[in-house]
Amino acid sequence: MGNKLAKFKEAAFGFGFLMPSLLGFGIFLFYPFFKSVYLSLHSTNPRGQIVDFVWFDNFKDILGSEHFYQSIKISFLFALMTIPTCLIISLCLALLTHKKNKINIYFQLIFASSIAIPIGNASVIWKILFHPTAGMFNYFLSFLGIDPIGWLTDPAYALISVSIMTVWISIGFTYLVLLSGIKGIPEDLYESAKMDGAGSSAMVRKITLPLLSPAIFFMSVISVIGALQSFSQINILTEGGPANSTNVVVYDLYQEAFVNYRFGTGSAQAIILFLIILLFTIVQFRIAERKVHYS
Amino acid sequence: MISRLQRPAALIILILAAVVIIYPIYYAFAASMMTSGEMDSFPPHLFPSSLYLANFKLVFSLVPVAQFLYNSFVVAIAITAGHLLTASLAAYAFAFIRFPFKAFIFSLFVATMMIPWEVTMIPNFLTIRNWGWTDSYWGLIVPFLTTGFGTFLFRQFFLQLPKEIFEAAKMDGLGHMGAFVRIALPLTRSAFATLAVHSFIGAWNMYLWPLLITNEESMRTVQIGVTMLQFEEFTSWNLVLAGLTLMMLPPLLLLVFGLKQLVGNVTLGALKG
Repeated sequence: MGNKLAKFKEAAFGFGFLMPSLLGFGIFLFYPFFKSVYLSLHSTNPRGQIVDFVWFDNFKDILGSEHFYQSIKISFLFALMTIPTCLIISLCLALLTHKKNKINIYFQLIFASSIAIPIGNASVIWKILFHPTAGMFNYFLSFLGIDPIGWLTDPAYALISVSIMTVWISIGFTYLVLLSGIKGIPEDLYESAKMDGAGSSAMVRKITLPLLSPAIFFMSVISVIGALQSFSQINILTEGGPANSTNVVVYDLYQEAFVNYRFGTGSAQAIILFLIILLFTIVQFRIAERKVHYS
Repeated sequence: MISRLQRPAALIILILAAVVIIYPIYYAFAASMMTSGEMDSFPPHLFPSSLYLANFKLVFSLVPVAQFLYNSFVVAIAITAGHLLTASLAAYAFAFIRFPFKAFIFSLFVATMMIPWEVTMIPNFLTIRNWGWTDSYWGLIVPFLTTGFGTFLFRQFFLQLPKEIFEAAKMDGLGHMGAFVRIALPLTRSAFATLAVHSFIGAWNMYLWPLLITNEESMRTVQIGVTMLQFEEFTSWNLVLAGLTLMMLPPLLLLVFGLKQLVGNVTLGALKG
């Protein structure tokens, strides 16, 4: 009897400790998640109240419109331009600066610095740098004899410009994760490889990269999710323009729900976004099962 | 290990990369100390000619920068404190307490990291509006007090602590609350610091949510305030950048002092789960 009471008391403590988190997740994550599913099957008035149950009409509307595929395409292009670039640059920088010495501390601080720059602030700085006539980028280009570029005003360049800025802001975190991963590799592995006469590039290929693959994998999953969720820089730099050339999925969703006040179709778009992200995460995990090396 | 030629080459690449990466931040700081005349001149100045601080004064008088900063501090500190508390408690339960449905509840916590925030945004907006929490600290803070990532981070740290300490504490009659406060927390200070830096920066950076639920100028956070700077009557860039510089300083300083904590720990929660 005493044993049972003790077990009950133990469980009560367990749920007591979990309660704050469970409450928070319950009210602001799980409830709204199911509410989104519910809203996506209804039409709503501009105040967010349910008007009618419409089955999958919202989804049919979205999936039947050219506009939506365009925004999906832009989101993927954006992911494709930002993620590999950011990973490769961060990886090179981390490989070159992971050793503990007096100079590397400063390099580490600089390369990680963008993690501390809020994306809203960074976007405003970059908007000024991108300015067609008075911006510094076009000024620097003039040294190279290149004509001014309409970084954010030319549909051919806008997505590239937003991508450059995004790579810059993402390097901080990516670099930190990869640097931590490299620092976690035991020093004696290198020592013994050195004994066997391995050169530095061989050591990177045979030791660092395989042992770093979980960190690289983690970063690529996080980056795909992050890229598909990008909003702030688009809102500040281009507002989806010019000519919809930077109208990524989340920006489109924001417009639908909070500018046009169509919460039903907005929710349906959010559900589609969730499914796309889920699908990508699963695919990445499938690939990783074969490729990633866990010690 | 690295040959004599490679070393300087690598150093040059690193210096170039550092210049490119630091430039936008440098530009903001430099331009905020330039006079309007310097800003407008051609060719543009790369360095401010003197330590000119009038822009900062002017920006304070034109836009409620102090109010924005105060709001952001309140929100970021409250969310950070909330994360530390809810995550450490939940992690302690997962690591040391026996209770039914543990595996299922743990998988729920995993699921929280899979749901993109945008999916919950519309219903959360409607909830906050129904509760009359728009334009309030409550609306900015309460939806964000929990963290799946932080819970994992703490759980990893707790699981690394030697079990014997807790058994000994139990022998001495210390309950879970006592073990949590007197043993688990003091031994995981670095997890605390890591999560604090991570959460503070994350909360300070919030953009879309404050944009949705604040309309009054007095409730705006720096992230929204900064775009307001842009659209104000004055579009003088040195003023905009002076405001920006002020707003960027807190998280930048935090990084300078907290970098050591972030390196090494940032991947723990995610990779070794």
